[in-house]
Amino acid sequence: MKKITTFLVLLGCVSFYSLSVSQQVFAADTIKIGVAGAHSGDLASYGLPTVKAAELVVKEVNAKGGILGRQVELLPEDDVCKPEVATNTATKLVSQKVDAVIGHICSGATKAALGIYKASDLVVVSPSATNPALTQSGDYPNFFRTIASDDAQAKREVDFVLDVLKVRKIAVIHDKGDYGKGLAEFARDFLIQDPRADVVLFEGVTPGAVDYSAIVQKIRRNKAEAVIFGGYHPEASKIITQMRKKRIKIPFVSDDGVKDDTFIKVAGKYAEGVYATGPMDTSKNPLTISATEAHKKSYGKAPGAFFLNAYAAAQVLLNAIEKAGSTEIEALTKALRSEYMETPLGSIRFDERGDAIGVGFSMFQVRNGAYVEVK
Amino acid sequence: MEYFLELFFSGLTRGSIYALIALGYTMVYGIIGLINFAHGEIYMIGAFTALIVASVLTVLGFNQLAILLCAGFAAVVYSSAYGYTVEKIAYKPLRNAPRLSPLISAIGMSIFLQNYVLLAQTSDFMPFPALIPEFEFMEPYAHIVGSSELVIFLVTTLVMVLLTLLIKFSSIGKAMRATAQDKKMAMLLGIDVNKIISITFVIGSALAAIGGLLIASHIGQINFYIGFIAGIKAFTAAVLGGIGSIPGAVLGSFILGWTESFATGYISSDYEDVFAFSILVLILIFKPAGLLGRDKTKKV
Repeated sequence: MKKITTFLVLLGCVSFYSLSVSQQVFAADTIKIGVAGAHSGDLASYGLPTVKAAELVVKEVNAKGGILGRQVELLPEDDVCKPEVATNTATKLVSQKVDAVIGHICSGATKAALGIYKASDLVVVSPSATNPALTQSGDYPNFFRTIASDDAQAKREVDFVLDVLKVRKIAVIHDKGDYGKGLAEFARDFLIQDPRADVVLFEGVTPGAVDYSAIVQKIRRNKAEAVIFGGYHPEASKIITQMRKKRIKIPFVSDDGVKDDTFIKVAGKYAEGVYATGPMDTSKNPLTISATEAHKKSYGKAPGAFFLNAYAAAQVLLNAIEKAGSTEIEALTKALRSEYMETPLGSIRFDERGDAIGVGFSMFQVRNGAYVEVK
Repeated sequence: MEYFLELFFSGLTRGSIYALIALGYTMVYGIIGLINFAHGEIYMIGAFTALIVASVLTVLGFNQLAILLCAGFAAVVYSSAYGYTVEKIAYKPLRNAPRLSPLISAIGMSIFLQNYVLLAQTSDFMPFPALIPEFEFMEPYAHIVGSSELVIFLVTTLVMVLLTLLIKFSSIGKAMRATAQDKKMAMLLGIDVNKIISITFVIGSALAAIGGLLIASHIGQINFYIGFIAGIKAFTAAVLGGIGSIPGAVLGSFILGWTESFATGYISSDYEDVFAFSILVLILIFKPAGLLGRDKTKKV
């Protein structure tokens, strides 16, 4: 009797052993995706939603049988949003033989880690790193992102002024603040690079000044055909009011800091016709609604920062792997650049530099006291 | 030439705006030697009062002139009451204290009033209705001088003339001058110094309220913080022209306005404040009492 029990126990052990072996064999055959970002520390709230988004997408994909007949496995790795930690994070993911990476979250950490991924031929898709140089420098052909870069807003303004309004002489005004001046400098640089444009004025005004008529007269003097303003609505409403009172009727194009209902309330009738860029509205996209619902069902609360960008990043990455038929970098980059994918952010693919086409800012115009998207 | 004229009038508008506020600073300083930092806040309260009254009357359907006059009257009364009260609470108990104490008290009053309006009203920017209509005869010149700018300029000039007349020729003016020269002696001669100081604060606050109404109507927006920046600039203008002198405050304001306007027009608005304060430093180096200020040489 005792012998039989021992035998049974042994059998059980063996069968357990064989089970775990088969699981290991199975695991070796998964597609491993690293998810790097701040998962602890001050900025964890920026990084954790990305893990959740990736989990949701992967759960859905695995439920349908995985990609290329293989299950997808996530390897979350913390970088605390610190460049010096991010290099370790990247090294660890590379040594775990991941096939691609979603992340990192912060621009500084992303930049530090990218060199390591590049040396190992790994594709990286970030949901939130907005530093313009990451894509524009051309240093990282393996890098893609599903968020607009910091200068995308300025680019949108400049493209709109040159392509839609079709004017040449442009006055760029800002409020000397970090946000406004930064945007105005991007806009100026884009305009200088474009042979069609002529920057006739680039100046900062003093926020809170009692009167802006001198700068308004200067805009007229320089025969500007449009004004691009970088800054917030209190200055914008004063400047547009004085421009219109001084009978200057040229278009006024501004940014997200002006795309605010307070601007329309304060500037009143003078706000009519003012253009301002703002993030594309994706809240009505059915995929956004379903992704948010899935998050609520799985985690019991509304998703956090960059959730939709991360959701889109996971989707485009897995889709590209499927379309490419492998995780080899050449094929994968090609697929990311050519295959459109329906995501909560809209239908997107990537341009040569790695920025998502179809993600970013729309132009809005004040019409009858409300901002309306300009198609 | 036309550009020069445009900038000239821009500077004139700015100067007139500063002058309406600077007159209050300079009057108070002239009488009791106190820099009333809460003056900018009185200006802001005047603008808020005008906004509230004007909004109510607009809803009730009054015509524009009636609204302008009623809002102006309410703003003047309300601001004067504030000016009077501020003096009684914050400055009068400190009249014989060292000079630093009333200065600190004034800064405290300024912060208090700002935060009071912030809490009682709103932290948001509010639209201010254009109470001054667009005159038709101004239309050909609208690109150079707007109607509200013309009104601000005229009112500033009128106020300056009336004030000078009041101080030079009326009995109150005479009492004011006596108080300014020697408080103790004036008291001995039967002048009610407390009353004269109160009157000074009331007149200064009334001017600030008129300024608040006109300027807010010109700019088209207000919030609780407008008094601070306008107050600092007007104070600079008053010092430039010689604090304590009424024509000096107006002259200083115009010089400041023109400096800013021409610096913006011919050089760059990035350096507007740099030029404005460089002028201040230069003038104070050569004329420490300001352009029209009297040097106070102490008699031994």
